[in-house]
Amino acid sequence: MTSPVIDVSGVDLTFQTNDGPIHALKDVNLEINKGDFVSFIGPSGCGKTTLLRCIAGLETPTGGDLKVNGLSPEDARKARSYGYVFQAAGLYPWRTIGGNVKLPLEIMGFSKAEQAERVRKVLELVDLAGFEKKYPWQLSGGMQQRASIARALAFDADILLMDEPFGALDEIVRDHLNEQVLKLWARTEKTIAFVTHSIPEAVYLSTKIVVMSPRPGRITDIIDSPLPKDRPLNIRDSAEFIQIAHRVRDGLRAGHDE
Amino acid sequence: MTRVDTKFERIAYPVGFGLLVLLLWEVAVMVFGISPALLPPPSAIGAAIFGSLPILWGDWVQTVVKGALNGLWMGSFAGIAVALVIDRFAFLKRGLLPVANFFAALPIVGLAPIMVMWFGFDWHSKAAVVAIMVFFPMLVNTLGGLADTDTMQRDLMRTYAAGHVATLLKLRLPAALPFVFNGLKIAVTLALIGAIVAEYFGSPIRGMGFRITTEMGRLATDMVWAEITISALTGTALYGVVALIEKRVTFWHPSQRG
Amino acid sequence: MIPGKPSTFTYSVLPVLTVVAVLVVVWYAAAIKMNSTWTYDQAARAGTEPSFSEVVKDTMQQDRPLLPVPHQVAAELWDTTVEKKITSKRSMIYQGSITLKTTLWGFALGVVVGIAMAALIVLSRVGRLSLMPWAIISQTIPIVALAPIIVVLSNAIGAGSLLVPKAIIAAYLSFFPVMVSMIKGLTSPDHMQLDLLRTYGAKRSAVFWKLRVPASMPYFFASLKVSIAAAFVGAVVGELSTSAISGLGARMLIGSQFGEPMIMWAALFAAAILAAILIFTVGAIEKILRRAMGGQPV
Repeated sequence: MTSPVIDVSGVDLTFQTNDGPIHALKDVNLEINKGDFVSFIGPSGCGKTTLLRCIAGLETPTGGDLKVNGLSPEDARKARSYGYVFQAAGLYPWRTIGGNVKLPLEIMGFSKAEQAERVRKVLELVDLAGFEKKYPWQLSGGMQQRASIARALAFDADILLMDEPFGALDEIVRDHLNEQVLKLWARTEKTIAFVTHSIPEAVYLSTKIVVMSPRPGRITDIIDSPLPKDRPLNIRDSAEFIQIAHRVRDGLRAGHDE
Repeated sequence: MTRVDTKFERIAYPVGFGLLVLLLWEVAVMVFGISPALLPPPSAIGAAIFGSLPILWGDWVQTVVKGALNGLWMGSFAGIAVALVIDRFAFLKRGLLPVANFFAALPIVGLAPIMVMWFGFDWHSKAAVVAIMVFFPMLVNTLGGLADTDTMQRDLMRTYAAGHVATLLKLRLPAALPFVFNGLKIAVTLALIGAIVAEYFGSPIRGMGFRITTEMGRLATDMVWAEITISALTGTALYGVVALIEKRVTFWHPSQRG
Repeated sequence: MIPGKPSTFTYSVLPVLTVVAVLVVVWYAAAIKMNSTWTYDQAARAGTEPSFSEVVKDTMQQDRPLLPVPHQVAAELWDTTVEKKITSKRSMIYQGSITLKTTLWGFALGVVVGIAMAALIVLSRVGRLSLMPWAIISQTIPIVALAPIIVVLSNAIGAGSLLVPKAIIAAYLSFFPVMVSMIKGLTSPDHMQLDLLRTYGAKRSAVFWKLRVPASMPYFFASLKVSIAAAFVGAVVGELSTSAISGLGARMLIGSQFGEPMIMWAALFAAAILAAILIFTVGAIEKILRRAMGGQPV
């Protein structure tokens, strides 16, 4: 058995605020293996985004141990081990779509030819070929978010961290993007950590669902999904799917009632 | 107010309004028999302009090209440069920002007599006044612009492990540009005021400020109005040039997309 | 206080003090450098060779220094504010009060004109189309060029004193921020709010007074600080460009004409202090009014 790509053990994080300390994460233990699609789900304040930011090295835990690719999150960040997709697309308005995708490549010092080639490839991957010369504000919200995913994929890191990437989009667009993400995952075999507050989204996408609960932020349940890797949209009407969704909902409710 | 303005309306109305004022002015001077020493009619001002083009040209070069524009570029560069340096030191930035903000609100033009004392009657003293007047709004606006990135945009750069220079070049400078142009728009109007006022404290025998004071003393009001017309056209043209460059460079900003 | 978080003092006051201290040090250094030329000239003429400490000492006590040192300016300010009678022409308080009067008249005029123009531009399409471009153009015109004409014209109309033209110049600079903010404020109600009043069958005047005006208040307050600063700059510029005989700007003129740098510097600093008082006062009033109106943020 190989060692996990992301290894979280006993992680604690306390923020100091004006209203006293906030226990954002308490004793979080989790292993994510290569090729996993892991969703973090829970109500706001449960620390799911904070945990993702800890993995990304954007936040530093106050206790416990966290390894990404066997490195500390800080070193993993410096080694550019992951692509990060934020809640909003956050594309730079002064750059074209192509220019935005190129941004990390420029910073990381890829050659000009390599940059062009990779931009073309990832834009194709997210179905945005032909929009390279457009500016972000000329595109719909869903297309912008797809471009931001392309930006995260451009430098071909093994891990993709996604923080409620479709939270601001309407349900129809979201369904479509969920399908695309699954295809992407199947094609690229990346390890994906995905934060969401939608139960169907979590169950539909994941091989592993991490249910979290607030005050203090902690994991209440980890569900390994028995669903097959190949998932058409209508799998959401299957008995298995509904059963997992039930278990997630129970986990969320249990955390709520305490 | 739901009707959309056509391009014709947007030009015809202001031009029509301007012409109407000129016409009323001309008629009023004729009907009430106002002395030309007090208020010359627009036709006399026009005649004065075309009758003394060489003098006006010489004054314009002295005041605008030598005094105002030299001071403008010196002050702007200094303001932007200091902003870039100070920006690296959070402590100094917190200290300088309130001080610079205060200075930007002061009548710095009062330094004009001192600058004339230091740098003599020629354009150098005018450029010095202009440079100091322009420096503070440029500094404050550039610093404000460099700080105008949201957490998400900065986090994105962190996930790329981008250094200070890369973050500055790829993110913060482009984001600061609209602010820099705002500062420049303030600066061009200040530049003309500074250059003309400084001439009131001593100048060689040419320059717009010099001409206004001497012609006023001889009650040659038409010549004074000629200089006013030229200065107004210059002020508007300089502002227009900055606005035009702004439109070209920051086409992506919401305020420019319209 | 939260542990690990810096106090207001170390976070905001200390940096400002540091920057000010640095500026003062630079100022002393520059003054010594600039004034020493004169000291060496004098010494060369007298045939003596002054030591460095003698030079430094001399640069700080010249009567007409190229650049007076801070404590000289402070002493002059003290002398012309506290020591002089307020009625004296040499009192900076007297001179400052003249500039203050101009500023306040200009400010009042500017606010009225600014609001009126904003209302006209928001309410009337023709007004907006014809006035808006000219309002912007007006700010790109160097007002100082117009100053002598404004003096002559207001005298001809029978203003009698310089207060009117100076106040007009101050108003010329201060109306613009008010106008821009008021336009923004009066047009800030969104479609939903406007549609709500339409469902009540409200008239245009009711929409204006019951929705647009209250909605514009925070914007209005926010513009006052900028506007008073502009009015003050306008007042000083007016004094400089109308050959005024009283006011802080006039003191700068007189200092320049008689080659008295101390007067210029003292007037300059008096102007800075007065500006600070004005901005601070208007800021405080703004805060009180804003709180009284429920603290609606812009």
